[in-house]
Amino acid sequence: CSAAGPASTMPVPCSHCQKSSAVLRRPKTGHSLCRPCFFWAFEEEVHQTIASARLFRPGETVGIGASGGKDSTVLAHVLKVLNERHGYGLNLILLSVDEGITGYRDDSLETVKRNQQQYDLPLKIVSYEELYGWTMDAIVKQVGLKNNCTFCGVFRRQALDRGAMMLGVDKICTGHNADDVAETVLMNFLRGDIARLRRCTAITTGSEGAIPRCKPLKYAYEKEIVLYAYFKKLDYFSTECVYSPNAYRGHARAFLKDLESVRPSAIVDVIHSGENLSVKEDVRMPVQGTCARCGYISSQRLCKACVLLEGLNRGLPKLGIGKHHRLHEKLLARQPLTEQEERKLRAEEF
Amino acid sequence: MAAPISLHLEFGGGAELLFDGVKNHHVTLPSQSEPWNMKQLLLWIKGNLLKERPELFIQGDTVRPGILVLINDADWELMGEMDYRLQHQDNVVFISTLHGG
Ligand SMILES: [Zn+2]
Ligand SMILES: [Zn+2]
Ligand SMILES: [Zn+2]
Repeated sequence: CSAAGPASTMPVPCSHCQKSSAVLRRPKTGHSLCRPCFFWAFEEEVHQTIASARLFRPGETVGIGASGGKDSTVLAHVLKVLNERHGYGLNLILLSVDEGITGYRDDSLETVKRNQQQYDLPLKIVSYEELYGWTMDAIVKQVGLKNNCTFCGVFRRQALDRGAMMLGVDKICTGHNADDVAETVLMNFLRGDIARLRRCTAITTGSEGAIPRCKPLKYAYEKEIVLYAYFKKLDYFSTECVYSPNAYRGHARAFLKDLESVRPSAIVDVIHSGENLSVKEDVRMPVQGTCARCGYISSQRLCKACVLLEGLNRGLPKLGIGKHHRLHEKLLARQPLTEQEERKLRAEEF
Repeated sequence: MAAPISLHLEFGGGAELLFDGVKNHHVTLPSQSEPWNMKQLLLWIKGNLLKERPELFIQGDTVRPGILVLINDADWELMGEMDYRLQHQDNVVFISTLHGG
């Protein structure tokens, strides 16, 4: 219950220093904190997350996946602060991906470029053109608007890794926050995807083939990230993906937000549930291998991105959409497809 | 009768997209018999400022969960939320956390 009565204009004192007036109520703890106490608590909790999971080692080059959005902007700022405050000895760089969507990345890349100057961190922008030989615009031209989010998602997931490999980065950090992790737990649960459900709460993922990825903001609430950015006047950019947002995920997020408004701890509760779920011994887990062509982690012979690329390059964009595993061996051997196989994989309506 | 009051409203984090992309609004609320509170302000915003998809901003009679509200740069959860009595020249900020980052 709120300490302040209705219509109160009396400031609530900070529950930590008791001196200044509070500017926010923390969803995780219910504490009311003033600005300096909030900044300190937020930063030191991220430090605790980093220290207890031993995320970094001195001398490592760490790529911060920077989109210009709130999460990665706050992550870059906090890592820079903590690297200096606690002497991590890290070589931090901002790593951005340019998908090549006209008008979409322009503003966000401008934001990342300003962040580079504001935080004095080196910035590397890798383009889809360099990574895949295709811009998103060119892909949409070939596959039509209906199927492009398949490409969008798969290519985006791999772009950071591929860019990081090109640049010799040791680890990648992404801005995934507690709300994102809770949402992913819920999504995997709703889809019955036990393998992902088990992996998605891990703070670090990807050891074979791929560059390790970690989520230092894993326990940071979205509310606090946004307020941290607001009070620090950090410069960030917000938008929806111009190509259709995922409705199912949208419902999952709205559901979590509704729960959070009734019980703020719901977000970390879902994460803890995900962390503690145990899988029955006899549940068959897919074997994690690597892509025979590019070396990226994949449970199939060819990873999804390589299949999509093969389809684009052969003028058969539907190759990667739906299940065509049977054809992977043929693709690997660079054998021609039959007329019937090809017909099924051509784009239909434009 | 309560006198008319002027407010500075700000929409950010993507919430501005529901207001024709305009972030800052200087508004004057007309005089009425009772003092203005946040609950009434939300209804006024819905009737006078919201350009599209009101359900993305208002849910029931409060703001949609996931939109943060600051009154004079403090979390409205510390100020009585819907019951907060607005003062002349108050600064009210709405920030969406629901947009991509
Ligand atoms: Zn304090
Ligand atoms: Zn998309
Ligand atoms: Zn591959």
